[in-house]
Amino acid sequence: MHFIINGAPVSAEVDLRTSLLDLLREHLRLTGTKKGCDQGACGACTVLVDGVRINSCLALAVQYQGRSITTVEGLADAAGLHPLQQAFIAHDGFQCGYCTPGQLCSAVAMKDELARGIPSHVTADLADAHIAATHDELRERMSGNLCRCGAYNGIVDAIRASMEGEPA
Amino acid sequence: MRAFTYTRATDPQAAIRDSAIAGARYLGGGTNLVDLMREGVERPEALVDVTELSSEISRSADGTLRLGAAAKNTAVAANHTVRQHFPLLSRAILAGASAQIRNMATVGGNLLQRTRCTYFYDLAARCNKRTPGAGCDAVQGFSRLHAILGASPACVATHPSDMCVALAALDAVVHCSGPDGAREIPLVAFHRLPGETPQQDTVLAAGELITAVTVPALPEGMRSSYRKVRDRASYAFALVSVAAALQLDEQGRVADLRLAWGGVAHKPWRASRAEAALLGQHPTAQVVGQAVDLELAQARPLRDNAFKIELTRRTTAAVLAELAGAPA
Repeated sequence: MHFIINGAPVSAEVDLRTSLLDLLREHLRLTGTKKGCDQGACGACTVLVDGVRINSCLALAVQYQGRSITTVEGLADAAGLHPLQQAFIAHDGFQCGYCTPGQLCSAVAMKDELARGIPSHVTADLADAHIAATHDELRERMSGNLCRCGAYNGIVDAIRASMEGEPA
Repeated sequence: MRAFTYTRATDPQAAIRDSAIAGARYLGGGTNLVDLMREGVERPEALVDVTELSSEISRSADGTLRLGAAAKNTAVAANHTVRQHFPLLSRAILAGASAQIRNMATVGGNLLQRTRCTYFYDLAARCNKRTPGAGCDAVQGFSRLHAILGASPACVATHPSDMCVALAALDAVVHCSGPDGAREIPLVAFHRLPGETPQQDTVLAAGELITAVTVPALPEGMRSSYRKVRDRASYAFALVSVAAALQLDEQGRVADLRLAWGGVAHKPWRASRAEAALLGQHPTAQVVGQAVDLELAQARPLRDNAFKIELTRRTTAAVLAELAGAPA
């Protein structure tokens, strides 16, 4: 199977039963992506496929052959951490850190969904092309990522700060 | 997980051909099927990936919406034609699952997610849906989330889809194709009540493939709403959900009403008796209450879920009051 992972072509010989999550962690040693519930309930395994967030635990690797996958290892570049990573540090967006890779990948794609005008359950007007990133919108849009430490306020603060271009 | 073969179909005929072997299953986003395979509940021998088949979202001249079975839930909910002309459908999809799952899940897969309960997932529990004839541990078990309508002693599971509740209210039609040709099935007749064969969630025959779902236009000016009541504010299955579309005549009487419930039965529940009772009536609180009670007269609660009867009554009343223009 062939993939583009964090910008680089990767080939792997794996059993058809391998989840995308296990491909990343067990075969490619990209252990930044975390296995929480392994049943789509917690979001710790969130990665981006062609820029779109999915639960890698619910995905068979074979379904995503040839696609471009971004994990938390792919967010930072040579110049340093991704602005969202800096914001998570500045705003205490984590305690134990286990959910953080999923939170980060999820938030990166969530900001793109907002920019593209994709509505959410709490969007008051479906005709609204420019949806404001209110507290309620951010909480609803991040509801697929659980944090058992309860760092939700810091997570939302970090995301809002990064969206407002606040220097880290 | 049991070993399987994997093929990716590029057209419906190829998909149907590839699935013509014992133990074959179509694979959409996999958000339910892959999970059940990992748990050992589903054990397909062949997966036919149908996510490259039609994902079109279009509206014809007569206003009918057409959704290719491979259209992603997010794509449907975010589509501007759907948001403008079928807001009920957008609202229902957005009330379901998480953004990650909606990005993976397809229209066809949403229809074919298993009607299920926690006992279905638990290999240590007896479940007629998982093992026909084994018995049901849910009937005497923790039954807070289970069905109050249309259940049988063999199965009390509920269909968890939000999208399908909206499609039931909207008179959607499921387009299928199989070894014996193509056919169209009304959404409300697509899913089954459990009866003595709860292992069958739908009326689809072996090898039949969902190719599209169509939704006829709602009459101009008809108002609609989807309200979901759940244990937390987001990312949870419905305890009860209500999909409704209402049109009043100039005298304020019900000229047209579509009413469907989620979280209460083995399938999306179209409340036809309540609809019929309300037609031509002024939808006062008393009249609505009587009509809903007529539908709920068939309810048979279990040990823990009698609250769903009152919750369905109150949620329906609130939604219809909102649609009729009264304060919600």
